[in-house]
This record gives sequence, C-alpha cells and structure tokens, in this order.
Amino acid sequence: MLKIENLHARVEGKEILKGLSLTVNPGEVHAIMGPNGAGKSTLGNVLSGRDGYEVTEGSVIFEGRDLLALEPEERAAAGMFLAFQYPVEIPGVNNTYFLRAALNAQRKQRGEGELDSMQFLKLVREKLKIMQISDELLHRAVNEGFSGGEKKRNEIFQMAVLEPKLAVLDETDSGLDIDALKQVSQGVNALRSSERAFLVITHYQRLLDYIEPDFVHVLADGRIVESGDKALALKLERLGYAWVGEREPAGAQA
Amino acid sequence: MSQQPASSPMLESLLEAPLPQGAAWLDVIRRENLDALAAHGLPDSRHEAWKYTALRGLAQRRFHQGDALALTREVDAGLLQLPGIDGPRLVFVNGAFRADLSRLDDLPDGLEVLPLSRALAQDDEPLRFALSQRYRDVADAFAQLNIAYATDGVVLRVAAGARIDAPLQLSFLGAEAGELAWHLRHVIALGDGAQLSLVEHHAGLSNSPQLVTSMADIVLGEGARLQMTVLQQAASEAALVRRTGLQLGVAAHATMHVAELGGGLVRHDLYGELKGDGARLDTRGVFALRGRQHVDTQLALRHDALATASESLWRGVADQRARGVFRGAIVVAEGADGSDASLSNKNLLLSAQAEIDTKPELEIYADEVKAAHGATVGQLDERALFYLRSRGIALAQARTLLTAAFCRAVLADIPHEPLRDHISDLLLAQLPADVSA
Repeated sequence: MLKIENLHARVEGKEILKGLSLTVNPGEVHAIMGPNGAGKSTLGNVLSGRDGYEVTEGSVIFEGRDLLALEPEERAAAGMFLAFQYPVEIPGVNNTYFLRAALNAQRKQRGEGELDSMQFLKLVREKLKIMQISDELLHRAVNEGFSGGEKKRNEIFQMAVLEPKLAVLDETDSGLDIDALKQVSQGVNALRSSERAFLVITHYQRLLDYIEPDFVHVLADGRIVESGDKALALKLERLGYAWVGEREPAGAQA
Repeated sequence: MSQQPASSPMLESLLEAPLPQGAAWLDVIRRENLDALAAHGLPDSRHEAWKYTALRGLAQRRFHQGDALALTREVDAGLLQLPGIDGPRLVFVNGAFRADLSRLDDLPDGLEVLPLSRALAQDDEPLRFALSQRYRDVADAFAQLNIAYATDGVVLRVAAGARIDAPLQLSFLGAEAGELAWHLRHVIALGDGAQLSLVEHHAGLSNSPQLVTSMADIVLGEGARLQMTVLQQAASEAALVRRTGLQLGVAAHATMHVAELGGGLVRHDLYGELKGDGARLDTRGVFALRGRQHVDTQLALRHDALATASESLWRGVADQRARGVFRGAIVVAEGADGSDASLSNKNLLLSAQAEIDTKPELEIYADEVKAAHGATVGQLDERALFYLRSRGIALAQARTLLTAAFCRAVLADIPHEPLRDHISDLLLAQLPADVSA
C-alpha cells in the first residue's frame, strides 16, 4: 500500500529526513516513535503534501502511484488522510458543509457520484454513533472554539466519514487527557479493518496501550534505527530515547 | 490649494447642460452649487477624502446629461425581481421615474411615497428644508453636481407609529444610452415610532460608461426603526457616486447592510448622525471586487447624544487588479457620555496586484465611552487552505470557500432570508472560481 524508500527531505534548507524507508501493507498498524526533532512530524507533512517540505532524494509509492507528484487534494482522493497534530480553526465554514464538500470532492476526483444532503446526513448519523460525538459539533464552524479533545475527536470523525485507505495520525495524543485519549483511541480502533492501514506517529508509548500496533519503528535523526513489535515500545518506555542514540540505522540502506 | 482644472472634459461636457428650472428657491440652490463646482472643479488626491480615489481617468471622459428616451427604454423585467421582495417598488431608469415598471397601488396605510419630480410639481414647499443644502468644499464636488442637476428621486414618508412590514424596493437601473450622466435625489423621513424596511438596488446594463450620482437624506424620528439593504450591481463601466445621510432621533434604530459588487468606479459616502439619546446605528458592508474595479466607502459617524451606540462591521475582498478603499471615522462628541462605538474592517487580498487601503479613525470627547476599532488587510490563511486541501478540496474551491466564509459574516443578519441567500450567491459568483496560488 505504502512504500517509502530512502526518503530525504529538507525544511528551510535543513535536512530533517535522511534516508527513511518503510513499507506498510493493508490492515497493518505501524507506530513511529522518536524523540523531539527526529523528523516524526516532517514525515506526516511530507506524506500529506504540505508546502515548505522539499524532498531531495528517495521515493514514496502509494497504491502504485508516485505520491510525491500528487497535490494534497489528489492524495486525499487517493485514500491518504492526515489527522493533524494541530487541527486548524476555520471560522464561517460549517463543519457539516465542510465535510460534505470534502467527501464529494474526493468522490468526484475518483469518478464516483456525489452524495446529496439526505444521503450524506444518513452517513453522518452512522458515523456519529461509532465516534460517540455529539451532533452539536457538526453545526459549529470547523474546529472553532473546540476544546483540544473535541478537535482531535473531530479529526477522527472526519476520518470515519472520509474512509481513507491510509491514515496518518500525527501526535494525535498530544494535549489529551486520559479520557479524551481513550475516546480517540476507541474511534481509531473502530475504524481498523483488513483494508485500512494506520501510521501512528507519537512521542509517548501511552497511546499504544490503546491503539495496539503491529509494528513499532524508532525514528532518530531522520532515519528508522530500530523496528520491532509492540514490545519495542515498552522497551523504549523503560530505557528512554537516550538508548536510541547508540543504535545504528536499521538495515543501514544507502 | 491646487486642483483639477475646472475645465476637465468631464465637467465641460456636464456643465454644457442648462440647469433644470422649477421653484425659484430651488433654482437658486442649483445655481449656487453649480457655481461652486465650476469654480473649483474636481478634488484630487491632495484632498484627504479623495486620497485613494483618483478621478483623473473619469475627468477625461465626456458625458451628456439626461436621457431623453429614459421613459421608453426597454428593461429586462428579471432585473427588477429580487427574491422574496414582492411589496411596493419604485423603479428609475437612467434617472427617470418609470411608473410602468413600478408598483405603487395598494400602498399600506401610513406609507407615502412618490417620485421627486411629482412631489416638486405638486407642492415644493415641504421639500424646501431638505433640498436647501449648499456645498462649497471641493471634496463635495459630486454633491454639488447632484444638487444642480437631479430632477428625480424618491420622496418617502412613513407616518408616526406606522409599521410597514413588506420591504419597499427602490431600483435604479442604467440602460444603454451612450455616455450618459444621470442624478437622483432622495428624501426619506420616518415619523416617531415608524418602522420601515428598504431595499435599495443598483443595477446596470449599459456597456457605455455612465456617470451616476445619488444623494439620500434619511431622517428617523423618536423610536423609529429602519432596516435597509443595499445591493449594488452597477454595470462594470459605470461610475457611481452615492451619498447617504442618516439622522437618528431619540431611541431611533437603523441597520444598514451594503453589498458592493458591481460598478467600475464606485464611491459611497455614508454619514450617520446619532442626534437623540439612546439612538443606535449598525452598519454592515462588504465589497467583492475583480478586474479593475475601484470601490471606495467613506463611513463617517457622529455620536451627538447620551448613550448612543454604533456597530460598524465592514469587509472587503479584492482580486486581480481591483482596488478597495475604506475609511471609517467615528466621532463621539462632547456630551455623548455613555456611548458605545465599535468599528471593524477586515480585508482580503486575493492577488498581488490588488490593493486595499483602510483607515479607521476614532475621536472621543465624551466620558464613560466604550469604543473599539480595528482594521486588517491580509491574505487567506495558508494553514486553513492546506487543511481543506488535505481533506480533498481542490485549491480553487478551498479559496472560494474561505473567501465566502469571510464575507458572509457581515450578511448573516440581513432580515429577509431569500434576499440574503441571493446576495450571498451573487457574492460567490463574483469571487474567482479559479485563482492560481
């Protein structure tokens, strides 16, 4: 589904990713852990196509397509979803209107028919049940005045409606208390399926108590230096990121 | 002070026309205003009020005054139809009242409305006070021109205590008639406790440049309420210069919504005087401009009495090579204690060639006054754009969506929902469907 090979990326002239390789298959949940400054958020931003990130080397193939050649909206239509670390407030744009515009824009790009407001409302009702969020949030402007927890839940709700093939969660746990963390995790778990993959980017092991990963990768200095199963996350928790500094890059690709 | 020579082609052509003749007192007023105009000509950028609106291009044009065929010009009936507005209406084409297009049967009790031409012919004396202004300043050149030559317009009185529920529509249309100048003068009075809803509509079909001036004096008696919505869709070649004066008595309340969408060169001077204790004036306006449109709004409010309130909320969007100007000047005069004035003007530039100049001014000479003002000129939020795109919304649509949301804030409380939706749609249509980043 996703194949990242030897990815190098720069931000403001500074090289952040220095040869990152990763393969994700349908149904898998991969956790990317690492210390601050390792390049975790850069990875999420490069994958979603944010401006200001310059890929200097390497490739990213998503569903057989060159992901890096696509515009952000084309990536979304191809099935890529980024849950933002800091969801953006958009005053004046109604949450429901926004979500329907997004879904229909994606469907249109994929050559599928657009949903009318009745069909869309039905879909939204179904997803609301899964996500256990109040429909009051739907009537407000996108993320405007939402609490930190509401913003993150709104991200997962959008994901539920848009049904991506690959969801990248960029530090979705940051700023959440334990109850909000559980709710968000429940939402994510409800969306796990054999066709959908997740890339869970996090600084802390805590989130992985609730979203159980199939694979854990340690990102340090722009490369994956260690890969393993969920036991690796526990080891990191015990030994701290200082331990990572002693590791050689996993696989040590050119 | 040096100024445009009085002999600019525009003024030369306009002043060739003989002054209209009528009541002796009015002839004198016309003559005095004309003489002032002829003496000093047009203002230029050295005059503060005209700093950002250059008249050089306009001054080079020639116009003929008045359309001899105005009463028979064909007008598309669809142009007169505004969604949800089906009450009485007055229609003017190229400056002349058109009884055939107006709807003045079955006027509700307490509403008296007739064209100025007819009102003057019947009895000019009641209008004498309202029509006796003399302007001497060069900055008021268009007011002088208007007073000298305007022969028609709307005379409207709402009797004390009368509540007129159905909105009254005033439509001013420009029809193709070559390079034409026309002028309208309106006198509107709401008696004590009267209520009125007004829709002012400017539209144009002329491909030739037109010069239009329009002056309205609106007076609200004690406790009167006015809801006014202005939809400006003048033709892209039109120069439209409006002046609206609002005077509010004790506890009177006026709300005005303005959508400036059309026109080539548009200027609106909006004067609000809060003269009675507890009066309130709320203005909301938006311009959405493209091409080489130039729209200049000059808002001047004066709090003259105790516990008066004004809330001014204005937004602007300029694309391509368009230019927007907003000046909001609020004075809270001595003695207007306990007043509350707020002014917000936010603007969006959609292209590197567009320009918006904004200048909020607040002067306070009273005590216990609550006042706030702010003005910004910015671009669309890149973070919001990316957020929308990351969800699958294409760049062009994302820009339109964010821009429409920005404008909609000032239209939200237009009282007639179908009209509000209509204006919102027109605004959307005016925004670029596809803009390169």
